[in-house]
Amino acid sequence: MDWANLFSIALGAILVNNFIVAQFLGICPFMGVSKKVETASGMGMAVIFVMGLASAICWPINRFILEPFNLTFMQTVTFILVIASLVQFIEMFLQKAMPALYEALGVYLPLITTNCAVLGVVLQNTQNSYGFIESVVYGVTGGVGFLLVIVLFASIRERMEFSEWPKAFDGFPIALVAAGLIALSFMGFSGLKVVF
Amino acid sequence: MNPELLRAAIIAVVVLAALGAIFGLVLAFAAKAFAVEKDPREEAIAGILPGANCGGCGFPGCGGYAAAVAAGKAPVNACAAGGAAVADKIGEIMGVSAGASVKMLAQVHCTGCGQNTKKYDYVGLQDCVAASILPGGGDLGCGFGCLGLGSCEKACPFDAIHVVDGVAKVDEEKCKSCGKCVDTCPKHLISLVPYKTKRHVAITCSSHDKGPDVRKLCENGCIGCTLCAKACPKEAISMVNNLAVIDYDKCIGCGICAQKCPRKLITVDGKVPEPKPQAPKPAAPAAAPKAEEPAKKEEVSAAASGEQNV
Repeated sequence: MDWANLFSIALGAILVNNFIVAQFLGICPFMGVSKKVETASGMGMAVIFVMGLASAICWPINRFILEPFNLTFMQTVTFILVIASLVQFIEMFLQKAMPALYEALGVYLPLITTNCAVLGVVLQNTQNSYGFIESVVYGVTGGVGFLLVIVLFASIRERMEFSEWPKAFDGFPIALVAAGLIALSFMGFSGLKVVF
Repeated sequence: MNPELLRAAIIAVVVLAALGAIFGLVLAFAAKAFAVEKDPREEAIAGILPGANCGGCGFPGCGGYAAAVAAGKAPVNACAAGGAAVADKIGEIMGVSAGASVKMLAQVHCTGCGQNTKKYDYVGLQDCVAASILPGGGDLGCGFGCLGLGSCEKACPFDAIHVVDGVAKVDEEKCKSCGKCVDTCPKHLISLVPYKTKRHVAITCSSHDKGPDVRKLCENGCIGCTLCAKACPKEAISMVNNLAVIDYDKCIGCGICAQKCPRKLITVDGKVPEPKPQAPKPAAPAAAPKAEEPAKKEEVSAAASGEQNV
């Protein structure tokens, strides 16, 4: 097991190539579910959960079904299918088997079906030809990065409620300005490398 | 046609169809195996919502919002995409079952009498927010009064608030206490108060001016005389910065404050009661039925016992 490699993947997914502020994936829930810290953290947890599971499920499908049939060009379509079914299945399963976890995540799960960050993570897994463990680590830590940024952003939006801005910036425009500033600050992590 | 290409296409279609069929079967099976009963209202609300999962309400998707409404944690009209029509329908669903909880009501704290005294003639946009930006906070003599230009009327998704004779009036039947008017009013005249269907007491003034100033501007603005606060048997009225404010947790709706108020600005059920003490009048009719009731009961019991004897 190459721990250093896994650590560098994790660091990259959380800070350097953060899904939201560096790759601009998953912007829809990022803008939509970031009005309260509470809902934002719930969404973040659900994304970690789904990204990890999607990575784990999509890797064998890619390795044992798509690659032998020379169907890697169908990855995007297949993964959409897999993620959508997976999310639906998880939702039903959790509701029955783990109501507590369903209560915590459940309401955020349907929204994740169409979250492009999840599709992005499984596609990047194949593009970077990650192994199974690497894929899962990349998926989970990508979710952690999502959680970090969405919670930061929600905290800022809660504070912004008390500040004043020109009327024309009401609502999403001012939120987008704030998001841009966060992205700018995360640029500071670019070039960060782990040297062992 | 290139046979290689055709073969690849067929394989792709077959593999994807097979994957789709497998997932479909698993989901169909899971739907049966993991079926859980839900709050029927939640499903009814989810059915009404547009289903776009836009997240505009601040909840994660329409399902999350429906669950929050069903649990009473969200207002019925937070769906901007659905608008008033959807809010109305959800209100109907929740209104039936939410009847037990305390109904809130938007209360306008102004009698509108300040319309008689104007600082200047306002000829701008017919909108309170626009008018209130002007020097003096609008044309009204009283700096706290209702401008009567109907911003609340436009904001109300339920057609429940209207400007009548220069002051906003709330229709208690239609008001669903969404708070849109509260947020809109630039004068902060409207607040959500617990609505008692019988004997709802309200103080219809927001002026923090001192007594003599209020007298000049308005016939029945609160002059901060504290008579109501002293008269209240439950100490439900307190004076906040020259203005009487009701604590609805303590108010029992006796209406003594309304009778005492020299400015006739405290209303009971939307009307100003006669200033003269009415104590003897209601007491007499109240006493008479009480005297009759025991007699009736005796008759009934006598009849019942008579039947039993037979």
